[in-house]
Amino acid sequence: MNFGLLFTTALGSLSSNKLRASLTLLGIVIGVSSVIAMMAVGRGAQVSVTSRISELGTDLITVRPGAQALRFAFFGGGGNSDVVSLGDALSLDDEVFSPNARVIAPENSFSGTATFGRENTFVNGVGVTAEYIEARNLKIASGRNISNIDVQNDSLVAVLGSATSEALFGQRDSVGSTIKISNREFTVVGVLKSQQGTIFNPDNSVLIPITTAYYRMNNGKGPRESISVSAINILAKSEKVVDAARLEISTVLRLNHELDADEEDDFLITTQQDTIETLEGTQGTFVILLGSIAGISLLVGGIGVMNIMLVSVTERTREIGIRRAVGAKRRDILLQFVTEAVMMTFGGGVLGVVAGWAIAHFGNGATVSGDVIETVIEAQIAVLALAVSVAVGLFFGIYPAVRAASLNPIEALRHE
Amino acid sequence: MARPGVGVAGKLAVVDNMGARTVRRPVIELKAVTREFKVGTQLVRALNGIDLTIDRGEMVAIIGPSGSGKSTLMNTLGCLDTPSSGSFFLNGHDVSRLSDDQLAETRSRQLGFVFQSYNLLPRETALSNVELPLKYSGGYSARARKEAARKALDRVGLAERYDHRPLQLSGGEQQRVGIARALVQNPDLILADEPTGNLDTKSSQEVITMLKSLNEDDGKTIVIVTHDPEVADATKRIVAFRDGLIIEDRMVNGSPRRSLNQDEVRS
Repeated sequence: MNFGLLFTTALGSLSSNKLRASLTLLGIVIGVSSVIAMMAVGRGAQVSVTSRISELGTDLITVRPGAQALRFAFFGGGGNSDVVSLGDALSLDDEVFSPNARVIAPENSFSGTATFGRENTFVNGVGVTAEYIEARNLKIASGRNISNIDVQNDSLVAVLGSATSEALFGQRDSVGSTIKISNREFTVVGVLKSQQGTIFNPDNSVLIPITTAYYRMNNGKGPRESISVSAINILAKSEKVVDAARLEISTVLRLNHELDADEEDDFLITTQQDTIETLEGTQGTFVILLGSIAGISLLVGGIGVMNIMLVSVTERTREIGIRRAVGAKRRDILLQFVTEAVMMTFGGGVLGVVAGWAIAHFGNGATVSGDVIETVIEAQIAVLALAVSVAVGLFFGIYPAVRAASLNPIEALRHE
Repeated sequence: MARPGVGVAGKLAVVDNMGARTVRRPVIELKAVTREFKVGTQLVRALNGIDLTIDRGEMVAIIGPSGSGKSTLMNTLGCLDTPSSGSFFLNGHDVSRLSDDQLAETRSRQLGFVFQSYNLLPRETALSNVELPLKYSGGYSARARKEAARKALDRVGLAERYDHRPLQLSGGEQQRVGIARALVQNPDLILADEPTGNLDTKSSQEVITMLKSLNEDDGKTIVIVTHDPEVADATKRIVAFRDGLIIEDRMVNGSPRRSLNQDEVRS
């Protein structure tokens, strides 16, 4: 039997029981469309994380204390190592040794409660220099930035994140007011523009001079150069010289720390590219997880196909006998049933791709419990889903088809 | 409609038509055929060493009580089953050792099978039921298939019924569709298993007349399994079965073709 005949024969059989065929098909549609939609959501999350990181600027380089201390810093605690200091930051500002480093912004962190009158809020405190807002791509909404004079004088001045300001002052302008952070009085000199949606959300933060943070909040001692920092943010002169800048920074810090050639770095330099790669890896796992969960429903759909095909073989035993008696080979019967199964799963696959695409398309931008869902539809996923649906048909169709083909024609003809 | 030069049957037909050096090779030649089945732990012999020769152009009735082995014989002749031992030559070819695929091929090209319960596909039209064997033997265009199927239906007097489904036809008409399906590949041999078993007297008569006409006018070799003495008497030769053995083989006009006594049977 040639392919055209096989196709029309299978189509005829399927259309003789339309409800059953459509319900079986529906199982595959649900499976394939959920795979497509889930993958679109997963990829959307991946792309949006990447783009948010890129918003910070792909020329950003971050130096942190060595690997062990980094782990604390990453989970919100301060670096508890003295390895990277304000002195390191100062020495990076050098046209000869590090010509590709442009803006050098050391930071230190502390946490505490900010109070104004009866209002109080938990804040992420950051000790900074004037360069910080440029390095982190932040904007002043009102008032002024922390100046380097503030830093020199260990001034008790603060720039509030937008959420912090709102928590303490509501809609009122907070600039000029006096707030308490961990029982020390600070004058609010500025408020940051809201950056909601970026991955390092600065809205809950309070910026104060790095010296103030070290000497007054963390009770540090010693000369300024020895102030330990949790990170130094450095902008490269351009995206292209990021790697060059990284090498220069490494060289300067190794000199500062008097490391021998055989000693490993006691600091860690990350570029935005590194961060993007790490997060994409994590997100990739997430996408695979989502896809697998959706894949289970495709599997269930496939089992539905197998079930229906087995019922169909039993019901059509006599038909199989007749076909065999007039000259059908085992192979003809096998192919007929496999074709029926594959037609159902392929049809379901096509409809599933359309449905999944529609879900992803119309679901893009929807808000679920405060988070905006972004979806990215990829052609490869659609092609893959179609291929998988055909494979499902082959896999789950082959066993019923083998059963049909191996029926003894004499017994099949006797079947009522 | 016929596929010229296919198999021995085609070649023989050519020789016959020329009328010269006619090679009388039998259509069916069974030699010491046995067929055993396992029923539980017991071995049942449905055919117990059958020798039977049926020549081209014969019309033979096979009779016998149920369980006598005549159905098993029919399945063997129809290439649905193969003998446990012995040999079966169909048109001079030994089909007793053919593979499953080769048997299917033989079924579709060399013989037509007519069933007691018609065995038509209920969802398909008469025309498409008749087309079915051509779909499996391959090599026909859709147009050629339809043409051949129409011709076969015309031959059995159902020119008006091409697009009827089996359930829209009377029993006699359904059986004639079955005969048309058996005819569509133009085989020399038609096997009919109780073709009138489900029919009333009038329809039975029609079907018998049709089979007789195919034998007398078209020269088809016809083998009918039947319970009905009237059907048997309409043929030219009657072979009687009991307990897997042929107990009688006679011509309908009275002259015994080959009478077997019990001693011969046992040997």
